[in-house]
Amino acid sequence: MTSEAIIEIKNLKIKFGATWVHNGLDLTVYRGEILGVVGGSGSGKTTLLREMLMLQPPTTGSIKIFNQEMTAASPSTLLQVQQRWGVLFQQNALFSSLTVLENVAFSLHEYTKLAADIIEELALLKILSVGLPVSAAVKYPAELSGGMQKRAALARAIALDPELIFLDEPTSGLDPDSAAGLDELILNLQSTMGLTIVMITHDLDSLWCTTDRVAFLGEGKVLCVEPIEKLVKNTHPLIKEFFHGTRGRIVEGIYK
Amino acid sequence: MTILTDGFLKLDAPKKQLMLQGEWTLANIAKIKCALEKLSLQSLTNLMIDGSAITKMDSAAAWLITQYLLSFQNKKIIVHLQNFSEQQQKLIALVKENNFSQSDIPKVKKLNWIAQVGFSTVEKLKEMYAFLSFAGMLTLESLRISRYPRHVRWRAIVSTIDKTGYQALPIIALLSFMIGVVISYQMGNQLRNYGANVFIVNLLGLSVLREFGPLLTAIMVAGRTGSAFAAQLGIMKVNQEIDALNTMGVTPAELLLLPRLAGLIIILPLLTMWSDVFGIIGGMVMANNMLDVTWYDFLQRFQHEIPLRALIIGLGKAPVFALLIGSIGCFQGMRVAGSAESVGYHTTRSVVLAIFFIIIIDAIFSVVFSKFKL
Repeated sequence: MTSEAIIEIKNLKIKFGATWVHNGLDLTVYRGEILGVVGGSGSGKTTLLREMLMLQPPTTGSIKIFNQEMTAASPSTLLQVQQRWGVLFQQNALFSSLTVLENVAFSLHEYTKLAADIIEELALLKILSVGLPVSAAVKYPAELSGGMQKRAALARAIALDPELIFLDEPTSGLDPDSAAGLDELILNLQSTMGLTIVMITHDLDSLWCTTDRVAFLGEGKVLCVEPIEKLVKNTHPLIKEFFHGTRGRIVEGIYK
Repeated sequence: MTILTDGFLKLDAPKKQLMLQGEWTLANIAKIKCALEKLSLQSLTNLMIDGSAITKMDSAAAWLITQYLLSFQNKKIIVHLQNFSEQQQKLIALVKENNFSQSDIPKVKKLNWIAQVGFSTVEKLKEMYAFLSFAGMLTLESLRISRYPRHVRWRAIVSTIDKTGYQALPIIALLSFMIGVVISYQMGNQLRNYGANVFIVNLLGLSVLREFGPLLTAIMVAGRTGSAFAAQLGIMKVNQEIDALNTMGVTPAELLLLPRLAGLIIILPLLTMWSDVFGIIGGMVMANNMLDVTWYDFLQRFQHEIPLRALIIGLGKAPVFALLIGSIGCFQGMRVAGSAESVGYHTTRSVVLAIFFIIIIDAIFSVVFSKFKL
């Protein structure tokens, strides 16, 4: 792992109404790693993601992505950064009026001046490399199963060959088999395309299988960033509670 | 030409070596493609492609390299890749594995125009059939609920009345007033030529009470409320809220459709009455100002000349229109499937069809009433 920081968050604070959802949160993500983000319900995982994506401005604090200060970024800098990241949303957020191929080709059309047939082939390449069949390319998102929609959304996220991708609960709502397939796919893409991945997840299996380090959110801060093997031994009460339920112990037993 | 260089390529013909250099990424892909196309390799039988000088490579570039490897193969040039990093090799392997050309994308069949006409005819017939079974379902449901008055959702009915009736009062008043003004103005000009100013009362009274009041109100409500029904139900369908209701043993008809219909049937005659009043007031203002028919004369003549029948016929049409607007709005809402686009399509359709049928039914009413000399 190289030590170049892709994302640097310092002293991030955000307030909703009277509650501080983040109160002095620090987090650094390095190039080439897969960072898992976990935490109990309401610990602000999705808020953190929305702040990093500039969908939700923080109250105070600094977020640097690719060494650009995002909280004060001009629209043109923001656009440059946006072309270097991809996002897989929890509900996929595929454009329902476009076919899968058109969904994947969308940002290629927006940001490159390539001929339409080259764009189609590149989009098709992405669709196939996430493990979808060619026949899925001309289907509409509503005609696909949940697992296939996730894969299509992932294909759209990697359409511009981003350096950084954000995954919001990529395995939620999938059967164990599809979820395992998706984990494998994420690892595969990470190693071939040299991606840096920030993954919000509840899925203990994916945490054990895919992540290099895991950040645990609680009390408005990142309580701990460690590889999962170490994190489960942490004695902080919140972390203990999270990993030492019945499920946590079972999964830990399997991977040890 | 032995050595050719530009930003991305360096061809060393004697050594049979092609050096790739610079940033091989999506942003540069068009330029790289140009450079590659200019390459002349006629005399070569084998070629070494060297990737050591590539500073950055992504999957788009890997795709391009794969394409050229294939075309070299077709030209019977033997190609070796060397000095590609492990990750670059992996990327090229991934692309090779998934290499399909765009011609492999299954084409969506396009119908010729005869087939299209047939197709849309069949679709329309199917929709009509679906509408008939929808109407049947509503009838059966309303019969079922009429046996168990406990199941009537008063709250939902009242809410429909509030949203579609009470909140529509200002706009309907304003528009009806304007229509009254316009009718008086246009007819008044003609009547004045004959000195028959006072007949404005007959013309205005009959046309507003029998036709304009009910029609205008129905069209306004179709635009305001029919579309709202379709969009609300459509989004609920997309969110599976309708499915959730069904599994809880509450039929959507009982909770969502019938209260909307009932509310609309109650409120539309009342709105029509409201519209009649303001239409007449609008005409009266114009008659007073332009035709010198005083308020007193107008009202005096109005009660003698306009039969109660005119009002009743006008109000009698309103529940029929309400049934049309409500059932079409609900039907289109329930037909939404899957996407946001579908919500838009069915919402538009609910308004267009409702207005279409309102005018058709109104024409039928006119013919029937004149046959019976009403």
